[in-house]
Amino acid sequence: MTALLEAIGICKSYGHVEVLREVDFSVNAGEVTALIGDNGAGKSTLVKILSGTISLDSGTIMLDGKPITMSSPTAARDLGIETVYQDLALAPELGPAENTFAGREILKHGFLGMLGVLDKKAMRQQAGEAFTSMGTDVKDLDAPVGALSGGQKQSVAICRSVMWADKVIFMDEPTAALGVRQTGKVLELVRRVADRGVAVVLISHNMPEVLEVADSIQVLRLGKRVAEYRGADATVEMLVGAMTGALDPVTKTAAGGGAP
Amino acid sequence: MSQLDETGATAAITGKSNPAVSTGTDPTAAAVLPPRRPAWRRAVATSPFYMGCVLLAMIVVFSIMKPDSFSTVANVRNITLDVAMLQVMAVGMTFVIVAGGFDISISSILVFSGVVAAKFMENRADNWATVIVGAIICILCGTAWGLFNGICIAKLKVPPLITTLGTLGAALGAAQLITAGSDVRTVPQTMFVITRYRPFGLSWLVWIAIFVTIVFGLILAFTRYGRHTYLIGSNIESARRAGIRVDRHVISLYALNGSLAGVAGMVSLTRFSTTTISGHSQDALQVITGVVLGGTSVFGGIGTMLGTAIGILIPAVLTNGFVVLNFQPFGQQIVIGGVLIGAVYIDQLRRRRRDRI
Repeated sequence: MTALLEAIGICKSYGHVEVLREVDFSVNAGEVTALIGDNGAGKSTLVKILSGTISLDSGTIMLDGKPITMSSPTAARDLGIETVYQDLALAPELGPAENTFAGREILKHGFLGMLGVLDKKAMRQQAGEAFTSMGTDVKDLDAPVGALSGGQKQSVAICRSVMWADKVIFMDEPTAALGVRQTGKVLELVRRVADRGVAVVLISHNMPEVLEVADSIQVLRLGKRVAEYRGADATVEMLVGAMTGALDPVTKTAAGGGAP
Repeated sequence: MSQLDETGATAAITGKSNPAVSTGTDPTAAAVLPPRRPAWRRAVATSPFYMGCVLLAMIVVFSIMKPDSFSTVANVRNITLDVAMLQVMAVGMTFVIVAGGFDISISSILVFSGVVAAKFMENRADNWATVIVGAIICILCGTAWGLFNGICIAKLKVPPLITTLGTLGAALGAAQLITAGSDVRTVPQTMFVITRYRPFGLSWLVWIAIFVTIVFGLILAFTRYGRHTYLIGSNIESARRAGIRVDRHVISLYALNGSLAGVAGMVSLTRFSTTTISGHSQDALQVITGVVLGGTSVFGGIGTMLGTAIGILIPAVLTNGFVVLNFQPFGQQIVIGGVLIGAVYIDQLRRRRRDRI
């Protein structure tokens, strides 16, 4: 099975600080891949490289088996790669539909469209259908996003990515600011997104959460991938061990990869 | 991985496909959309609605107290003519403030544009060609100052208040340099022809203001340009990540504001037949007051053109009403000051309550 998105030997340094040292990373379509690691392990740097926000020093990124280069987040988006940022990047004064179509507004057909007139009805309709079909509890399409609950905001941000990403979605700590019940809902949503055939990369600090939802777990430590597990095989002890280095040398699993 | 291709393809929701139909993963997919609240109920909850009621109440009260002098055709003409120039500028200001910006330089831009246009027309043939070219020059001068503001704010990252404080002084200074400090009074007679006609009872200058308001009101409410303006004002980082060219958009907003100040300069020139260099120092503040009274949020992301039109009318009607009732007109300034602070306070409260949820 070839990976949908694969990074091989990614290196990135800031001055003398080597943040990523030949990191390998791969995600499969239809799976939730958790990316975990202690603070400073290089998770965010890796995600920023894979979502086109920063450039890499050396290494290859393959999408669908073909090497790609991404000069900007826009370029990544054109390839079907979206990112749900931790701060969500929603416009609080605007509604869920307006946010979903931010920067990708649907215009009316014909002459009015040429004048730049929006097709608000179509956008509202499509956003509403996406929210319902993804099983979110975003009910009020008239309320500004700022008035929604934390979980609903997260749902809007995730649905927005889902509507546009057909390959990979990176989610940076999507449940960090949520309560127990809303966390559960968002994790269900993450699962459903993957079930659509999109590869979801979940960055998280929460081990039980990772074990609950992830199909594959990849652990970074000090700028290297030190372990790769199938979700079913892993335990919290194994993950923490790999993150902190207590388990070195790493036990490889059937999924392959892992540290040299 | 042929299965991937299949699911991947159906999951890819493009602008054209139908998200709900393309997935079979969730039983709630067939659920109906929540019904949209009726338009009147949505309208009732907005600040323009409240402010419209205030305006209406003021008009009713003044009309009852002085029916023979307030609610007369002549007085309506007076008020609308007073407001026309401010309203033209308020249209641009609404765009700028909705985008989270600020511009106090428009009063000087108005004067500068008027001076350059008047200087151009001064010693030329007194005909329509001169006036039309003069008007174009007037608007272009405004655009140039607006572009300068926009570039300083978007590219050089100088805060809007400081940038426009700088151009407020600079544009007025430049205008005074050109005229050596005195007003240009020799404006072509052709210009005043249009002030003699009043189609449907209102001056041409008022119709210009109405036209500008409607055209740009529609742009703000219904086009992609307007939507991007709201997005930038609401969360500039979100707009940037959504791929909107934020810098370019912000520059265009200040350029638009400058252009409309140029239009207002021409309106002022036509109305007063002189450049009135020292008569506009309060204009920008009056315009901002009106825009904020009309429900546009100084924190960006909220505002409508209808609200602005109402907000601009409130101080004008109040002043006029005080004059008609023989009250001290200075009282009006106190009332407006209080209402302005109150309006922004309520805006703050609403945001705080919303963000707490």
